Amino acid sequence: MSVVEVSHLAAGYDGREILRDVSLDVAAGDVVAILGANGSGKSTLIRTILGLVPSRGGAIELFGTPQKRFRQWARIGYVPQRLGAGSGVPATVGEVVASGRLARRGVFRFPGSNDRAAVRDALTAVGLLDRIDDPVTTLSGGQQQRTLIARALAGKPDLLVLDEPNAGVDAASQEAFAAALTRFAGDGGTILLVLHELGPLRPLIGRAVVVHDGRIAYEGTPPEPAGHHAEPDHEHLHPHAEELKAGICEWAPTEGTKAY
Amino acid sequence: MELLTLPFMQRALAAAMIIGLAAPALGIYLVQRRLSLIGDGIGHVALTGVGLGLLTGNEPVLSAIVVATIGAVGVELVRERGRTSGDLALAMLFYGGIAGGVLLVGLSDGSGNSSLMQYLFGSPLTTSATDLMVIGGLGVTVLAAMLFFRPALFALCNDEEYARVSGLPVRTLNILLAVTTAVTVTIAMRTVGLLLVSALMVVPVAAAQQLTRGFVSTMTVAMLIGVGAAGAGVLVSAEADTAPGATTVLLALGVFVATAVTASIRHRLRRPQTPQTTSEPPDVVLHA
Repeated sequence: MSVVEVSHLAAGYDGREILRDVSLDVAAGDVVAILGANGSGKSTLIRTILGLVPSRGGAIELFGTPQKRFRQWARIGYVPQRLGAGSGVPATVGEVVASGRLARRGVFRFPGSNDRAAVRDALTAVGLLDRIDDPVTTLSGGQQQRTLIARALAGKPDLLVLDEPNAGVDAASQEAFAAALTRFAGDGGTILLVLHELGPLRPLIGRAVVVHDGRIAYEGTPPEPAGHHAEPDHEHLHPHAEELKAGICEWAPTEGTKAY
Repeated sequence: MELLTLPFMQRALAAAMIIGLAAPALGIYLVQRRLSLIGDGIGHVALTGVGLGLLTGNEPVLSAIVVATIGAVGVELVRERGRTSGDLALAMLFYGGIAGGVLLVGLSDGSGNSSLMQYLFGSPLTTSATDLMVIGGLGVTVLAAMLFFRPALFALCNDEEYARVSGLPVRTLNILLAVTTAVTVTIAMRTVGLLLVSALMVVPVAAAQQLTRGFVSTMTVAMLIGVGAAGAGVLVSAEADTAPGATTVLLALGVFVATAVTASIRHRLRRPQTPQTTSEPPDVVLHA
């Protein structure tokens, strides 16, 4: 069964078209990476799938239901690029992760013991259980990113959607969430993630989709690592995959270059 | 303390303490969302409602609630569309609100100036039994909503896009916040006045977060500071014959200064012991 089915999708902001005629099919258990240069539309693609950007044409189905009528949001765990800019009001890691239970519990019920257990399980999965009572602002960027993954995992979703989860993240955190995602995929979970480099996640990726200039330029097996941004122990013996170079950037500054 | 045996004093104190609890309970969400000044703006709009009430012979509190609610929902709709002109639209609404209020209050009766001052800066000692019932009923409702929907409102104010993808009723929750802001502003105008009401929503939160580590603890401490400052404000102002609204706000600000100083001292004492966190690798390494 298709978990995400996108056909002939068009989308954009403020009169500017970003995606043109994009079709994508993600089946249950797939691990699909969306790659592309900054501004290629890769983030817009997942944001449109999730309904955060309005689509202008084509069709999106989530778990076999048209996105407009889809209501089982607990089946989807969304991991945004970063924690929203702090407003100064403190929040603990546990409080942020507990938000991940709302989709399942609903607005009208108080959190129960199964909610608390799910929060602890999710934090254990990303290796942050010892930080549960710490304010999120005291965490490193990588640990904050793991907190967001724990928030998504806490809802026990069937599909994880991640927007550049390893952008500007330390190696220890990259390993920790590669392990968490591997476990999630091993349990039959479906993963759709936007990446600017494959990094330690590479062994996990079943299929890569390269977005270039708002269209899908390539779809198939993940490309070979290119350049010095690959794994730390990478010896750089592979020739670059010429036909992909247009779509994959060598490195990507992450501040202020989000695709909207 | 024989002041406390006087019925008008008891009513003033009860009303102030209800508002002292409810205002920070709502205000923490506004601060979290970087809308600290919204209460101030809605206060401006509520003044038009007061003017309308005085002019038409209706209860000013009720007409203020209606007008403030319309204003707050309007502000929310502008904010939701995310237009860059939203900022300017809000400014127009706020100035229109206060100018309209001053004009209508002036038209309504002979003692325009003194009743205007009452609404702008508060007059808790004139709280009637009916006023207290309205303030109590609405204040407890606001408080209950803010506590009951805390997980959802926290998720919304912490990360609105995530809340949307979680399937939360984002627009309904936003409207709930807008309406409760309008209601809180209006019932608080008795105690601190429309121009200072926002302070009671924001200052206790700012004071509490100097000391706390989590959202729930910040909310709890902010409510304690709010109720303390509001209660003490009424008592101190009666003893010292000062303006009650201003006294309350200055007391809350005093707590803020005290907690900020405490936090900075604690931070300085603790600093040497904290282990150095490993720095993140740069995104780009320049090879010489």
